[in-house]
Amino acid sequence: MITVEDVEHVAKLARLRLSADEKKLYTEQLGKIIDFFAELNAIDTTGVEPMSHALSVTNVMREDEVETPPGHEILLKSAPDRDDAFFRVPKIGD
Amino acid sequence: MAATKNELVGRSTGDLRKLLKDKSVSSVEILRAHQDHIAHLDKDIQAFLCLTPELAEKQAKNVDAMIARGDELPALAGIPVALKDNMCVPGYKTTCGSQILKDFEPPHQSTAVTRLFDAGAICIGKTNMDEFAMGSSTENSSFQPTYNPWNKSYVPGGSSGGSAAAVSAGFSVIALGSDTGGSIRQPASLCGVVGMKPTYGTVSRFGLVAYASSLDQIGPFARSVEDAAITLSVIAGHDKRDSTSLSKYSFGEINYAKGLKDSSAEELVSGLKIGIIKELNGDGIDADVRKTVQETAEIFTKLGAKVEEVSIPTAKHALPVYYIIATAEASANLSRYDGVRYGFRDENAEDIVSMYMATRSQGFGAEVKRRIMLGTYALSSGYYDAYYKKAQQVRRLMKDDFNKVFSTYDLVLCPTSPTVAFKVGEKTADPLTMYLTDIATIPANLAGLPGISVPAGFGAQGLPIGIQILGNTLSDAILLKAAAAFEKTTEFHTKQPPVLLAQGK
Repeated sequence: MITVEDVEHVAKLARLRLSADEKKLYTEQLGKIIDFFAELNAIDTTGVEPMSHALSVTNVMREDEVETPPGHEILLKSAPDRDDAFFRVPKIGD
Repeated sequence: MAATKNELVGRSTGDLRKLLKDKSVSSVEILRAHQDHIAHLDKDIQAFLCLTPELAEKQAKNVDAMIARGDELPALAGIPVALKDNMCVPGYKTTCGSQILKDFEPPHQSTAVTRLFDAGAICIGKTNMDEFAMGSSTENSSFQPTYNPWNKSYVPGGSSGGSAAAVSAGFSVIALGSDTGGSIRQPASLCGVVGMKPTYGTVSRFGLVAYASSLDQIGPFARSVEDAAITLSVIAGHDKRDSTSLSKYSFGEINYAKGLKDSSAEELVSGLKIGIIKELNGDGIDADVRKTVQETAEIFTKLGAKVEEVSIPTAKHALPVYYIIATAEASANLSRYDGVRYGFRDENAEDIVSMYMATRSQGFGAEVKRRIMLGTYALSSGYYDAYYKKAQQVRRLMKDDFNKVFSTYDLVLCPTSPTVAFKVGEKTADPLTMYLTDIATIPANLAGLPGISVPAGFGAQGLPIGIQILGNTLSDAILLKAAAAFEKTTEFHTKQPPVLLAQGK
């Protein structure tokens, strides 16, 4: 079972701010879903290599060719706030 | 005699190609017919989030110029296509169904989209979807729900519900969707069209907004298997911009449509051994759907295939494995929405951490937050081994189960969706009930296998039922052959929903 404190902790890790109602709802819903995950405990996975990907691709090599990137103007066009060639954000430290 | 407008809607790529080559119609006329149809009827279906008339006009005129010059026409010349709104097209918004991207105009174009456009396809518009492809009904779009063209009280499935509905309703000839846990195949089943998730790595994910990177795959929707195969042939292939795309040596010749039209159904399934997955054809699957699986098996037997029951013991655990792995990957992928570089930002925050939290809390909808938190939980200290690592281990066991079956069988059959389309609002209150609708589609994503859903019957309220065919890695061509054989032997794909029948009246 997970608690409201667990939900608060996870929300903080995920950089989400939840209302009191949301905390209550998510505690209940996530609890039910996580309980459902528990069926996996019955499966013996001793010594089984975890599978992180559908393909067994390791290093993908390519030719080291010079290409022209789109340039910062086009990428900064979508920025919520900018200053010259930089993304502008609220203050980071005191 | 020039074809009238309403005769241009609901046609196959082959029909339209012939009309264009004969010069009986122009690409612009085909476009207009589809635009008129959308203008009259999409208000009831709400398949599209935005239309792209400027781009479509330019593309159609370009095709007409090619015809006038007598140029060789590329594979999809003049064919109207709809794109799920998680694929980037510069000049238009890519919202992913989310408030956090509601004004986002991408600087880049998806490779799959570029390949469609290079093949002469005409971009009709961007289709509705569950926010960040998280959902099974397209009710989780933050902009609008989409309704099932067969009956507007029912959902079209999801998350690519807009693309499925667009093809079903005749708003476009083909469409692209993305499939992470069934998001192409399930809505195809519920809307009575063909939908295919190719082998993982077949279609580049460059320019596709990421949900769960080890599972996401782009694929086609169409009203026939041949049109799906033609579309897949256009979009498949290695892309250096996606390091998980298969190398060109994996593919051989990319022509999935080869032989589909000219071979008989018997020739197409000759020598095939097909398994019916026991674990996905029992409890939790509606009687109507199980009957359809049985009837499909009989048809394949009649055509000369050897059909037997097979076992994938781990398939019944696919759901928890998926909802751990997909949400874990999503929690990492969606950390990029921080209000710094693009998308929505809350302007009132005093410092950067408050800005992140305010931005994300307002920008994401309830299901997206739920999945981000689930994934964060599964990856967090103290729980990683119990959830994430465990899920990855069961994923390996499932892949091993499939490998074992595919050492004897060429293909396997199972339902696409456990039920026909459900009512709008029926499953929105309980997330777990909604997750259960993906039970039969998820195994293919976890194992990276190709899967296709084809119309195979009608159930309650006359709503469509799809059958799912899965194959081994890179057996996409065999899958399409079997699907085409089934289509040649049955009439289900020829039935049209009321919305398509109503066009032009």
